[in-house]
Amino acid sequence: MNSYLIKRVMVLFPVLIGMTLIVFSIIHAIPGDPAETILGQKATEQSKQALRNQLGLDKPWLQQYFNYMGDLVRGDLGTSIRTKTPIAKEIVPYLAATLELTAASMLFATFVGVNAGILSAWRQNSWFDYTAMIIALIGVSMPIFWLGLMEQLLFALKLHWLPSIGRMDQRNPVETITNLYVLDTILAGRWDQLWTVIKHLILPSIALGTIPMAIIARMTRSSMLEVMNSDYIRTAKAKGMSQFLVVYKHALKNALIPVLTVIGLQTGALLGGAVLTETIFAWPGVGRYIFEAISSRDYPVIQTGILIIAFIFVLINLLVDLLYAAIDPRINYK
Amino acid sequence: MNKWGNLALVLMLGAGLALSGCGGGNNTGNTGNTGGNTAATNAPASSPETSGTAQDTLILGRGGDSASLDPAIVTDGESLKIAHQVFDSLLEYKPGTSEVQASLADSWEVTPDGLSYTFKLHPGVKFHDGTDFNAEAVVFNFQRWSDPASEYKFEGDSFDYYDSMFGPDGSRVIKEVKAVDESTVQFVLNQPQAPFLQNIAMTTFGIASPAAVKEKKENFKNEPVGTGPFVFKEWKRNDSITLDKNTAYWKEGLPKLNKVIVRSIPDNSARFTALQNGEIDLMEDLSPDDLSTLESNSALTKIERPPFNVAYLGFNFKKKPFDNVKVRQALSHAVNKQEIIDAFFAGQAQPAVNPMPPSLWGYNDSVKDYEYDLDKAKALLAEAGYPDGLPDPVTLYAMPVSRPYMPDGKKVAEAIQAEWEKIGVKTVIESPEWATYLDDTKAGEKDDIFMLGWTGDNGDPDNFLYTLLDKDAIPGNNRAFYVNEELHTLLTGAQKETDQDKRSELYKQAQEMIKADAPWIPLVHTTPLLAGKANLKGFVPGPTGTEYYSEIYFE
Repeated sequence: MNSYLIKRVMVLFPVLIGMTLIVFSIIHAIPGDPAETILGQKATEQSKQALRNQLGLDKPWLQQYFNYMGDLVRGDLGTSIRTKTPIAKEIVPYLAATLELTAASMLFATFVGVNAGILSAWRQNSWFDYTAMIIALIGVSMPIFWLGLMEQLLFALKLHWLPSIGRMDQRNPVETITNLYVLDTILAGRWDQLWTVIKHLILPSIALGTIPMAIIARMTRSSMLEVMNSDYIRTAKAKGMSQFLVVYKHALKNALIPVLTVIGLQTGALLGGAVLTETIFAWPGVGRYIFEAISSRDYPVIQTGILIIAFIFVLINLLVDLLYAAIDPRINYK
Repeated sequence: MNKWGNLALVLMLGAGLALSGCGGGNNTGNTGNTGGNTAATNAPASSPETSGTAQDTLILGRGGDSASLDPAIVTDGESLKIAHQVFDSLLEYKPGTSEVQASLADSWEVTPDGLSYTFKLHPGVKFHDGTDFNAEAVVFNFQRWSDPASEYKFEGDSFDYYDSMFGPDGSRVIKEVKAVDESTVQFVLNQPQAPFLQNIAMTTFGIASPAAVKEKKENFKNEPVGTGPFVFKEWKRNDSITLDKNTAYWKEGLPKLNKVIVRSIPDNSARFTALQNGEIDLMEDLSPDDLSTLESNSALTKIERPPFNVAYLGFNFKKKPFDNVKVRQALSHAVNKQEIIDAFFAGQAQPAVNPMPPSLWGYNDSVKDYEYDLDKAKALLAEAGYPDGLPDPVTLYAMPVSRPYMPDGKKVAEAIQAEWEKIGVKTVIESPEWATYLDDTKAGEKDDIFMLGWTGDNGDPDNFLYTLLDKDAIPGNNRAFYVNEELHTLLTGAQKETDQDKRSELYKQAQEMIKADAPWIPLVHTTPLLAGKANLKGFVPGPTGTEYYSEIYFE
């Protein structure tokens, strides 16, 4: 196990270096003069030239790359051109906002998805199975943008149950400690605010979590069905074990392995794919941070932002692989 | 492990059942909700804050965030909006207009040669950090902006507006700023500058606390300190900016609000939903599509920003046959502006005749537009040597982004495409991503005709005519590559003229000249829309996109 861990971590380095190279080349392939875009139509030619010098855009591509890598190694994540603030400092609240949203979405997606999948498999071909799978099918193909706006229309505008935008009630602001507001309100013992913060999380996390929920539900179902038909389950049933125990104790453990992979992959995908949700719900997360950086050609932010997300993605995959090994001791990694 | 595992599984099952049932309910709710749209809009905006005593916090929703809070280093409107609340300039624009009036400077004198301006400063004004506002503070700020080697010009900063309004280093308009005494400051110019007072009044030249700049250094752009009606409190990037009332504000009785929170809500319809839901009190940039919903809701009110912009189609003079004035005139005759306004602007615009809005002084009323007349267009094309229309398809660049002067560029381009088709001009519409778009039109290699616009920065015609159509603006804002030496003489002459009547005359001539040359088809001057709660009073929208929130109150 330990040697596996070390091996897996060692593999990270070439992956990350490869990633920097890819991200760097893609960004520099985007057409458009960054100086013009960053400074706006109203800036003078002189300051645009100064910015090009400052960014090193007049230097050869490879040299720019090595300079960037040198800074990274020294722990300098760069400075945003637009806001002129160090990215390492600036990105923290965005990252926290996205992590909170992603966590809530995955909680929703896993909870609903896994259970719906199990029940569908358990009661295969029942009305529940059909309904759940139709919902899953709709869920997979639902445009997030549309779903988000419809949620707002129904739950905010029509029913007034939930707030439509943001992370908290601005008239009663949360004291930030960790930037994870759920945690912050608990730390401060503000239970009324905790409820408000959770209410703000509900609509965006459903919008963001619907697609993974549907994928997880379908994956769980097919994986469960496979396991349910295996010999050891038949044996368990024949021994007269209650169906509940058969399903939830014996079958689930094995069925969950492929589901776990899907959950891991989806979590990673959500991290980067939160742009639409964050836009509709005015969620100040890292997706929007990078999106805005792209439209203003804030090169350092785009590079560093994508790298950080990629890094988290890789970490999640590592975690999934390790869990894999923990759940199923048969898997031999040596 | 087993016990806990079982317990967890049972819990998971129970909650899962409940939630999956709930999920099904969501879907039926959603599908049935398309029809619920109208019902929803009639629901009153319910918010606990609106009941009881009058509200004293304003929450404003806007599309983007500030780039920086130091107005001197930015050029974007979103940044200036906030800076306008925190800083005062020596002069300001009268609310709702672009007319200059006293602010931190009570009065001013100009020498007849136009080379020296002496300002008397308002006594007893203090910055938010408690230090005194005085002539030295004014000198400090102008030195900071003009001296390229200033130790208060921090890494990455550039004072673009200072450079573009008062000339770049080496050809500065302002020679020297002197503190004559505690409350008198004198500006000595290298050459007369007609729009000098207009320029001084811009938000970007808001006076910052020298003590705060020295102390906070780089961080000043995140924690601004001025003399304005509101004190900066907190900035959560991409989320909200909180401003508190300046209890010691030098203008008596102001501000009326206790607190202003400005939120960034990028999506137009989500912003409108938040307004209807009572989560915000005022919103900027309402889509013309939402106008009818707004008007049917008695809890809300429509607010119109005075039109101070122009959207236009520019001909690329580098490309044939658009260097031919007959062709440009022909195409000008084949655009039905009123129809475009009715179809895409919900009536919130007026047809543009000149490159500057009619509300600006110096506007020439007597210029006649090329009226919509397809026969005339065909005849002109024939005169230019194209009796059967243009041989090659024309590349028309349509804006990929929404701007206050052009909410949906592609749709407008399609309408124009259909009109031109009728006179035998085939168009291919291209909408590359915004940065590329600006780059391409600036280079002028790919586009034949492009769509763009401009919102005025200050109340001076120079900021439209010279900035956009003079040969000095190539490469840059003159993306038509239109060169007219006579016009150049006229516009640069007007810059040095200090008599406003004479300047006005020069600009009127310029507009005639431009009309005859037809380098652009001016399309529309829009009235940008805002929406607010019906009980919100005292909000006077400014033409340049910035306004004080100090007069706002709730009934």
